[in-house]
Amino acid sequence: MTTSLVDDLGAALSPDRVRVGETELALYRRDASNLEGHAGAVCFPTTASEVQACVRVAVRHGRPFVARGAGTGLAGGATPLDDAILIVTTKMNRVLSVDPISRLAWVEPGVLNLDLTRAVTKHGLHFAPDPSSQQSCSIGGNVANNSGGPHCLADGVTTAHVIGLEVVLPDGEIVQLGGEEADAAGYDLRGAFVGSEGMCGIATKVCVRLTQNPPAVRTMLMDFASVEAGAQTVSAIIASGMVPAALEMMDQLCTRAVEEYIHAGLPVDAAAILLVEVAGLPNGVEADVQRIVEIGKAHGAGTVRIAQDEAERALLWKGRKNAFGAIARIKPNYYLHDTVVPRRRLPEVLKQVYEIVERHELLVMNVFHAGDGNLHPLLVFDKREPGVMDRVHAAGEEIVRVSVAAGGVLSGEHGIGLEKRDFMSLMFNAEDLDAQARLRRAFDTTGLANPNKVLPSPASCGDVQHVPEGAWI
Amino acid sequence: MDLTAFAGEVGEAGPVTISGMATRGGPVPGVRAVQPPAGIEWIQADEMTMRCGAGTPVDDVDAALAEYGQCIALPPHGTVGGALSLGHSGIRRLGYGPERDVLLQACYISDRGHVVQAGGPTVKNVSGFDLCRLLVGARGTLGFIGDVILRTRPLPADSQWFTTEVDDPFPTFARLYRPTSVLWSGSRMWVLLEGHPADVAAQAEACSLTPCSGPPELPSGSRRVVAPSAVGSVAGTFIAEVGVGIVHHADPTPDLGPIESSVTNLARRIKAEFDPSGRLNPGVVVA
Ligand SMILES: Cc1cc2nc3c(=O)[nH]c(=O)nc-3n(C[C@H](O)[C@H](O)[C@H](O)COP(=O)(O)OP(=O)(O)OC[C@H]3O[C@@H](n4cnc5c(N)ncnc54)[C@H](O)[C@@H]3O)c2cc1C
Repeated sequence: MTTSLVDDLGAALSPDRVRVGETELALYRRDASNLEGHAGAVCFPTTASEVQACVRVAVRHGRPFVARGAGTGLAGGATPLDDAILIVTTKMNRVLSVDPISRLAWVEPGVLNLDLTRAVTKHGLHFAPDPSSQQSCSIGGNVANNSGGPHCLADGVTTAHVIGLEVVLPDGEIVQLGGEEADAAGYDLRGAFVGSEGMCGIATKVCVRLTQNPPAVRTMLMDFASVEAGAQTVSAIIASGMVPAALEMMDQLCTRAVEEYIHAGLPVDAAAILLVEVAGLPNGVEADVQRIVEIGKAHGAGTVRIAQDEAERALLWKGRKNAFGAIARIKPNYYLHDTVVPRRRLPEVLKQVYEIVERHELLVMNVFHAGDGNLHPLLVFDKREPGVMDRVHAAGEEIVRVSVAAGGVLSGEHGIGLEKRDFMSLMFNAEDLDAQARLRRAFDTTGLANPNKVLPSPASCGDVQHVPEGAWI
Repeated sequence: MDLTAFAGEVGEAGPVTISGMATRGGPVPGVRAVQPPAGIEWIQADEMTMRCGAGTPVDDVDAALAEYGQCIALPPHGTVGGALSLGHSGIRRLGYGPERDVLLQACYISDRGHVVQAGGPTVKNVSGFDLCRLLVGARGTLGFIGDVILRTRPLPADSQWFTTEVDDPFPTFARLYRPTSVLWSGSRMWVLLEGHPADVAAQAEACSLTPCSGPPELPSGSRRVVAPSAVGSVAGTFIAEVGVGIVHHADPTPDLGPIESSVTNLARRIKAEFDPSGRLNPGVVVA
């Protein structure tokens, strides 16, 4: 680390908000993935102009820079490579304005997802994207990863709820992309920025669309004797013209782990359980509940438990949202995958997932957004076991391959980052990737915004590699 | 859909323009025109997705989907490609969301005559940069869309327009739960409610709305965009989309000349990356 770079950053912010001590740098060497790098310095700006100043220093020194929100990303997006300057948004955490009539709010990127919803609850509103990490992930991270959550089935993922952005471009210019005006003339640069994983600049303000809280909500749990029957129920519900607010599935191993953890009275003997929530106006909700129960029964649902009050509803959701915590009781480490397949292919792909995992002598739990075909196979293991990481990665790669082969995609919500960068060629050919690189270049003329993520280097295109250089697992 | 022939027509050099059904402005005059393929390739009702050529009429898509109890959130008439390229959502935008959220995957022909895939086939997908959203509203300046995979939506059980006289649309707007459309002329509002018939009736009654046959005719002088909160201060003869901020005005938009905004440079760089020679829909500037 050259002193002048640190001095310049200190002058751009204030020296106490630029950290270079090795112990502190170690805290920021990775996000919630297993992919580690090393930061050259960690900066904590408080305003857009400070972000701009950091970016300008980085560019002047030809040093890459990486935006980081809460660091809960699962694909290594915020992992700093090559001594990059990490620009952390946690001190930019104010809700700037709320317009309860037009149902919009402007927020800083470091605002936590759940804090935004809490700030607007008094207006009967919420921010629809609800990742399971919503207590700890930032809106900036949600924007960069175009994050989803259980309730995105009916309401759409982050991009459908972000209408405007203030962004510091990699050349240091501050621009506003989109805004409160709908369908304004010009390219949808807002849309292009959402999901760009920190490679098109740093969002310093976000204008979000807020959603009305539904007057009526019903949450129910159905259990099935086979995973197939559960998956077929999911397809049948959607095919019948209903889009429930959420449609989540858990397999037996996961249900057992969760039950031991939260004691919600979950059916631990079932092969799979479905958590279905319908929300809206009361008559529509009741009609949907009836039809969903009928469809479930027709597909062999055992018991149907309908939450009788808010406490029971919260308990059912607690099981879903705390699945990861529960897993720690089984094995100390987990690796969470995130692929999407067409709903109708769920039964066969799940079967393949079980076969792959068995072949690699691993354990898998499935807890996922069944309604949009978004699989989350969770491989659990103990990394002290010799050779286990190789098996985890081999199994993971096979899961990605069978998902794409079934007409699916690489990632439904966690993003590509470092983790899946070298899998991009499974889905896109060289022309497709070149077009994405053009988009990136238009935004980042410097090439210094979170480089070496998402897009495979042209040389590695075609053959799938595993661990990118400069990252440790 | 095999786009080889269409790619061949677009070619690698020389100015070229794309033409749909000319309901939204049509091709650039005096330039060699190509037409994208038309036809529905498949409808997967249980996935709520469909694939069709960009030249397929929107009305054909709606008619085909209706047989499955579904529809598409694109404004009626013209072609699918034309609707997406213009990027103007219809008056149901409040409830159905903007047009750009309909497009899941697009295969387009690049300036160099190559077929490029943007996005992916599933309703949820964050694999790589979102080129689909960049194509919506790009008016054919970045590539010519050949075929698309679109997200469909279920047709509502009941769908009814209502009306009432109001000087201020916002108190009623605040009481309605997720209406599909709310229009306002300055003195009257029209509301489209959809869903379970009993819910539709209950909402209408709670807000003293009277059933009517449909939305008013939209003035065609100009389509302006304002912040949703600014709808109340629009003057003249207009129909405003409340909660959205799109104003259909009787007067043409005053020509302010080219507006330099902070994104002008970025927009120029996008165009320069995707079509450096400026051969696609020459003369059309999107900024
Ligand atoms: C237990 C657990 C459960 C999870 N559940 C879900 C889930 O249900 N759904 C889901 O979608 N994800 C989930 N995630 C993943 C993660 O929480 C999301 O991706 C989240 O949006 C990341 O936010 P963050 O603030 O932690 O971002 P970070 O991890 O800090 O960063 C993520 C990416 O965003 C970029 N970035 C951050 N801030 C900015 C900014 N201001 N401008 C530009 N780029 C920026 C970074 O460079 C990086 O590429 C889960 C993670 C965990 C650990």
